[in-house]
Amino acid sequence: MTTIGFSADRARGRALGLLGTLACLAGSPAWADYKLNMPEGVTTTSHEVYDLHMLVLGVCTLIAIGVYGAMIYAIVKFRKSAGAKPAKFSHNTTIEVVWTVIPAVILVALAIPAAETLIRMNDTRNAQLTIKVTGYQWRWQYDYIDDGVKFFSVLDRKSNAARQLNSGIDPNTVENYLLEVDKPMVVPVNTKVRLLVTGADVIHSWWVPVFAVKQDAIPGFINEVWFTAREEGTYRGQCAELCGMDHGFMPIVVRVLSRTEYDTWLASQKSAAQTSQNAQP
Amino acid sequence: MSTTAFDTHGHGHDHAHGHKPTGLVPWLLRWVTTTNHKDIGTLYLSFSLLMFFVGGAMALMVRAELFQPGLQFLNPVRFNQMTTVHALVMVFGMIMPAFAGFANWMIPLQIGAPDMALPRLNNWSFWLLPFAATLLILTLFLPGGGPAGGWTMYPPLILQTGDAFPFLIFAVHLLGVSSILAAINIIVTIMNLRAPGMTLLKMPMFTWTWLITAYLLLLAMPVLAGGVTMLLTDRFFGTSFFSAAGGGDPVLFQHIFWFFGHPEVYIIILPAFGIISEVIPTFSRKPLFGYAAMVYATASIAFLSLVVWAHHMFTTGMPLAGQLFFMLTTMIIAVPTGVKIFNWTATLWKGSLTFETPMLFALAFLFLFTLGGFSGLMLAIVPADIQYQDTYFVVAHFHYVLVPGALFGAFAGTYYWLPKWTGHMYDEKLGKLHFWLTAIFVNVTFFPQHFLGLAGMPRRIPDYSPQFTDFNMISSIGAFGLGFAQLIFVYVIIKCARGGPKATAQVWEGAHGLEWTVPSPAPHHTFSEPPEIK
Repeated sequence: MTTIGFSADRARGRALGLLGTLACLAGSPAWADYKLNMPEGVTTTSHEVYDLHMLVLGVCTLIAIGVYGAMIYAIVKFRKSAGAKPAKFSHNTTIEVVWTVIPAVILVALAIPAAETLIRMNDTRNAQLTIKVTGYQWRWQYDYIDDGVKFFSVLDRKSNAARQLNSGIDPNTVENYLLEVDKPMVVPVNTKVRLLVTGADVIHSWWVPVFAVKQDAIPGFINEVWFTAREEGTYRGQCAELCGMDHGFMPIVVRVLSRTEYDTWLASQKSAAQTSQNAQP
Repeated sequence: MSTTAFDTHGHGHDHAHGHKPTGLVPWLLRWVTTTNHKDIGTLYLSFSLLMFFVGGAMALMVRAELFQPGLQFLNPVRFNQMTTVHALVMVFGMIMPAFAGFANWMIPLQIGAPDMALPRLNNWSFWLLPFAATLLILTLFLPGGGPAGGWTMYPPLILQTGDAFPFLIFAVHLLGVSSILAAINIIVTIMNLRAPGMTLLKMPMFTWTWLITAYLLLLAMPVLAGGVTMLLTDRFFGTSFFSAAGGGDPVLFQHIFWFFGHPEVYIIILPAFGIISEVIPTFSRKPLFGYAAMVYATASIAFLSLVVWAHHMFTTGMPLAGQLFFMLTTMIIAVPTGVKIFNWTATLWKGSLTFETPMLFALAFLFLFTLGGFSGLMLAIVPADIQYQDTYFVVAHFHYVLVPGALFGAFAGTYYWLPKWTGHMYDEKLGKLHFWLTAIFVNVTFFPQHFLGLAGMPRRIPDYSPQFTDFNMISSIGAFGLGFAQLIFVYVIIKCARGGPKATAQVWEGAHGLEWTVPSPAPHHTFSEPPEIK
C-alpha cells in the first residue's frame, strides 16, 4: 500500500512538474507578448464565455477542414490541364437537403449552451456590492452608492505625456502604457458586484476583458451588469465605444482585493471623503 | 442578335457610334448627358475606381499611424476623421457604385434589353454621386474638421461634429437618393424589359442577385435617410429623438441605423455572390449547381437580413428576450449562406477547371468569404460577442467579408467582363500578379487583426498598448502592400482599354448567356430587337 502510495505521489509530482514547466513556458516573457487568444479570465462568466468561444471556434475549424478540403480537392483533381472532362449534372436534391439540415442542427447545438450562459449573464439579482459607473469624455467615475465614496479615474500622467503627438517619449518605456489610471476601481474578491453603467455626455462602453464584461454607458439610461472576481489582482480594460477625441485614452483599471484589504481601503476612502467635506466652508 | 450591333461592329471605336466627339467640351458633354447604359456603367465603374484610391489612401493613413505605439502622424481627431470617412467613402463611394456599374453594363445585356428602362433617371442617379462624394470629402477641410464619430454616426457623439455636420447629412441624403433611383431603375428594367422567353427562373444569377439587392435598397435606404434627418432636426430644430434629456433615446438611432445597416451588408455582398455565380460555372465548364436553390437562398438571406439588425447592439443593454431572438435569427443566416458556399463547391466538382484571373479571384472569394462567415458565426454567439464587440476581431470579420468578399467579387467581375467592354483581352500575366499580391496582402493585413481583437485591442483607437505592436506592424505592412498592388489593377485596365489581343464574342470557352452573343466590344446599342431565348 505504502509503496503504491509513494509511486502514485511520485507520478503526481512528475505530472505537476511537467505542468509547471509548460506553465512556465506559457508564462515566460518571450511568449507573454504574443497573445493570440481570448483570455480565460478571472470570473465564472469569463470562463463560460471562453469555453463557448473555444467551442464555436472548434466547430468552425472542423467545418472549415471539410469545406476547404472539398474545395482544394476539386481544384487539384478537376483541372482541365490534368485532363478533367466536365460532368453535366446541375443539381441533386438529396445532397441539397442534407447540407441544409446538418448546419441547422449544428446551429441549434451551439445555441443551447450559448443561451444558458446568456441567461446567467443577465441575472443581476443578489448583488453584494453596487457601484455606479459613469462614462465621461474622457474619464470614468465610480460611485460606491451605498458607502458615499465617489471618485474619477483618469489616464495616468506618464501615459498621458507619452501619448501626445510626437512626444519624444518611447511608449515601450512607460509601464502599462495607456492601461494605467490615477485611481483604480477597487472591489473585494469573491463578491458579486453589480455595476450600474451610464454615460454623462456621449455613449462609452465599460470593458474589462478578463471579467467578460462589456456594457455600453448610455446617457439617460442605466444598464445593469455584474461580475464576481475569483482571483485577487489588478485587471485592465479600455473604453470600447468610440466616444470622441480621447476614446483611446480612458482606460479602466480594477483592483481586486481580499475582503479585509477592501474594508481597509473603503474606510480610508470614507474618512478622506469626510475630511474633504469638512474642509469645505 | 440585333442588326444595330452588327452595323456598328465595323467601326474602329464602337463608343463613337457615328458622333465621335472632338474637343474637351463636347467630350465632357457626351459623358454628362449620356443616357446609354454602357456609358453610365463605365462612369460608375470609373468613379468607383477613383474612390477606391481615395478611401484606400485614408486607410493607409490609419495603418501608418497604427504601425507602432505612440502618435506619429495624426492627432486623435484626424485619426477618427480618417476611419470615419474611409468607411463612408468605401461603402457609399466605392463598393456600391462598383456594383451599380456592373448592373448598368450587364443587366440589359443579360436579359436581352436594349437599355435600362429609365435612361434619364439613370444619368441622374450617377451624376448625384460625384457631387455627394465631393461634399463628403470636402468636409475634411471645414472648421472643426470632417465627421469623426464613426461611419455609424451614433448620437450623441456625431452631434458634436463641427461645421461638417449638415454637409455629412446632406451627402448621405444624396448618396441615398442615388442608390434609390438606381434600385428603382434596376427593378423596372428587370421586370419589364426581359426579352420574350426570358422567364424569371431563366435569368442569370447576377441579374437575380441584383433584383433582390434592389428591393433591399428600396427597403433600407429610406430608413437611413429618415435616421440622419432625425439627427439633423435634433441638432438644428430642437427635436429630441435621440436625447434622453428631451425624452428621446440615443439607442433608437442605433436601431434605425442597423435596420438600414444590416441589409446594407447584403446589398454589398449579394451582387458579388451574383458575379461569383457567373464566373465559377464559366471556368468550371459546368452549369451552376442548384440554380433554383441559389435563387431561394439569396432571397432568404435578403429576408433574414431584415430581422437581425440588433446583433450589432448586444452590448447596449437589450432585454434578454431580444438578445436571444437576434442571436437565433443571426445564426439561421448561416444556413442559406452555407447552401451558397456548398453549391459553388459542387459547381467546381467534376468540372474542367482553368485558372484565369477572374476564376482566381472567385476561388479566393470562396475561401476567404467563408472565413469571414465563420467569424460571423462566432460573433452571433451573444456571450462571446460581448467580448468581440467593438474590438479588432470585428474589424477583421467585416473586412474579410467586404474585401476578399465584395471587393474580390468586383475584381472577378472586372476581369471577367473587361474583354466584353473593351474588345481586348487584358494582360493575363499582370492580372495574375495583381491577384497573387492582393490575395497574399489581404491576409497579411486582416488575419492578424483577429488576434489583436481577441487579445483585447478595441477598434477605432489611434494608439495602443505596446503588447499589440507586433500584429499591428504586420497588419500595416500588409495594408501598404495591398494598397500598392492595386496600381497594377489600374495599369491592367488602362492597358486593356487601349489595346491588346482582340477578344471574341464569347471571350471565354465556357461562357454562356446573352452577353456573350454580342460582339466584343459590346456595341453602343445592343438588342434593339429582342434576341431569341432558347
